[in-house]
Amino acid sequence: MPESSGSLAGAFSRFRALGERGREAWRGVFGIPDYDAYLAHLRATHPGETPLGRGEFFAWALERRHAGSGPRCC
Amino acid sequence: MNKLLSILLWGAIAVIGGFGFAAIALNRGESVNAVWLVTAALAVYFLAYRYYSMYIAARVLGVDPRRATPAVRHNDGMDYVPTNKWVLYGHHFAAIAGAGPLVGPVLAAQMGYLPGTLWLLAGVVLAGAVQDMIVLFVSVRRDGRSLGEMVKMELGNVPGTLALVGVLAIMIIILAVLSLVVVKALAESPWGTFTIAATIPIALAMGVYMRFIRPGRVGEASAFGVVLLLGSIWLGRAVAEHASWGPAFTLGGTEIAWAIIIYGAVASSLPVWLMLAPRDYLSTFLKIGTIVALAIGIYVVAPQLRMPDVTKFIDGTGPVFSGSLFPFLFITIACGAVSGFHSLISSGTTPKMIESEGHIRMIGYGGMLTESFVAIMALTAACVLDPGIYFVMNSPTAVIGTTADKAAQVVSSWGFVITPEIINQTAKDIGETTILSRAGGAPTLAVGMAQILAQALGGKSMEAFWYHFAILFEALFILTAVDAGTRVGRFMLQDMLGHVWAPLGNTEFLPANVFCTGLCVSLWGYFLYQGVVDPLGGINTLWPLFGIGNQMLAGIALLLCTVVLMKMKRERYVWVTLVPTAWLLVTTLTAGWQKIFHPTPAIGFIAQGRRFAEAAANGTLIAPAKSIAEMQRVAFNNYLDAAVCGFFVVLVAAMCVYALLISLKALRAAHPTVKETPREEGTAYA
Repeated sequence: MPESSGSLAGAFSRFRALGERGREAWRGVFGIPDYDAYLAHLRATHPGETPLGRGEFFAWALERRHAGSGPRCC
Repeated sequence: MNKLLSILLWGAIAVIGGFGFAAIALNRGESVNAVWLVTAALAVYFLAYRYYSMYIAARVLGVDPRRATPAVRHNDGMDYVPTNKWVLYGHHFAAIAGAGPLVGPVLAAQMGYLPGTLWLLAGVVLAGAVQDMIVLFVSVRRDGRSLGEMVKMELGNVPGTLALVGVLAIMIIILAVLSLVVVKALAESPWGTFTIAATIPIALAMGVYMRFIRPGRVGEASAFGVVLLLGSIWLGRAVAEHASWGPAFTLGGTEIAWAIIIYGAVASSLPVWLMLAPRDYLSTFLKIGTIVALAIGIYVVAPQLRMPDVTKFIDGTGPVFSGSLFPFLFITIACGAVSGFHSLISSGTTPKMIESEGHIRMIGYGGMLTESFVAIMALTAACVLDPGIYFVMNSPTAVIGTTADKAAQVVSSWGFVITPEIINQTAKDIGETTILSRAGGAPTLAVGMAQILAQALGGKSMEAFWYHFAILFEALFILTAVDAGTRVGRFMLQDMLGHVWAPLGNTEFLPANVFCTGLCVSLWGYFLYQGVVDPLGGINTLWPLFGIGNQMLAGIALLLCTVVLMKMKRERYVWVTLVPTAWLLVTTLTAGWQKIFHPTPAIGFIAQGRRFAEAAANGTLIAPAKSIAEMQRVAFNNYLDAAVCGFFVVLVAAMCVYALLISLKALRAAHPTVKETPREEGTAYA
């Protein structure tokens, strides 16, 4: 029955999209901005610049969160 | 229709809260169910959020949702990113919530559950959340500048520098006192020590996984990290009972102190991805999970509060911390009611990520209410314990001795009847050899949590597991804070020393980095060591010092907010910041004064120092000091603590004078003199 499998696939892809959004939100909580949004932003505003790779971007976010961005304690 | 619904909803919340308080008020003298306390607190938070924070946003600050925020104006996809308000709320909460709200309320429970609860609620609604929210607002209007820079802008260069030095001093004290909490929890506890030690290789493995095997997969790595952690708790019991491994992991207080000092120096020199970041993820997951579990546990188990509403120790003779209710309750509970530290976070990354000024209320005010709720639950967990157990766990050795018999006798004589059998049984239930004199909040909270969670899940046989889970959870995020705080302290030292000798300020220059890391670790390590050998058990000495420092910082932040309101020509609303400022100044200056000059040695640093110095001169020993040299060291440490306290007092007094002069000038000015970034139209986000 193609119709039901189609809707199943649709539900599955919606579920995946939801999962991706959830992951993105989690990363946001840990101070890691959305990489795709960064790429889109850079392409739109500074087309000539070479963007950071995904790994570099992630490393940069870690560095910002933990090295001298201000105290996070009590 | 919507309006009617809203009236009904908020009316219902008010009625529920009223019931909670009525249950507490009508049952005074009898035991009250903890559910009432937590429900009443929740109702207060909802009402304060709905009405008071709205008033502050709309009337006092004139929040303008159509005014472009720094994230919108400077959007670069990296530093400045407009962020979904729920994500930012999580980010902000994860940054402000630490061990503070779990320790202070537990210590304050010695005065009964009522004083702590009332201060937590009144403090957060009128002071703590107000500070977090207005500092965030002020920073958003100034391109996300930091507290130090804003004090410089609005109050002048000298106050700006003073504030920075003050922040560094508070950092040092907080790192020492948090480490001391870990020492108190792990001393003579092979099970606890093993599980904490196991977090180091687990974090390293996670770090490598996220860096090389599956870059950026935070969720996956954290999930397997949590599983390994739970496994290490399970393994910990076997290790503790093992004939040769057990003794190997049984360490005394000074040994653990040295281990933490070395850990701080090494961990803060490693790249962040290797250890700090994975530990940060683990502790955030555990923190959120544990807080949710505790909240559900309290509602499922509905335990009775066994601590009296008010104990006789409000007169200042309490064994946990010395000094009477006023002013010492108000500096013992800092985080959860009002915490100066948050002003650094509200002016850190949060203002650079906020989408709209309309979100300031939820993130600033709402974030702090959530932290206060955590503090209320910590207080509840401490107050459902048998009060006898509470005092046995939190009184120093000098007062209750070192055996269960002696401790039971002393604590029973205070009116909290307890037998040596119950003490020993409690220790056995949680899988420890002793529970005597484990001050510092973490172990007490862990026993309270273990009893609540074991009743909800697993029964008596699981109590030892839950106890060590709670210890692990607290120690993990304290050690994360030690690592992160040492890095921040090093940067601050480099920033300051760079003015003295330029190469020291160069963060790319390895010898300068090593030197400043060493200096930072030595500073907090000194206070930690002093706490471990302190005759009154350390927490008694260092926690008030931290409380005074933290509240002083809150005073400075609120003074800044007051000056800004005056400069905005909103003087008719200035009471919103002026009332909490005045209260903080009165309590902390009184507490500071008493800690320095009070004639009772348990309260006054100078009196205690003199007591030891004179005894040393006469050749008599006061326990636990074992030599004249140790006696002299205790005397010196007390004079040093008096000096640190004096520094905080002078600092805040100077700030007050500056703020007053500038406020008067602003009052005379005909127009607003505030230094905001000019308004730009932005897209409104509700």
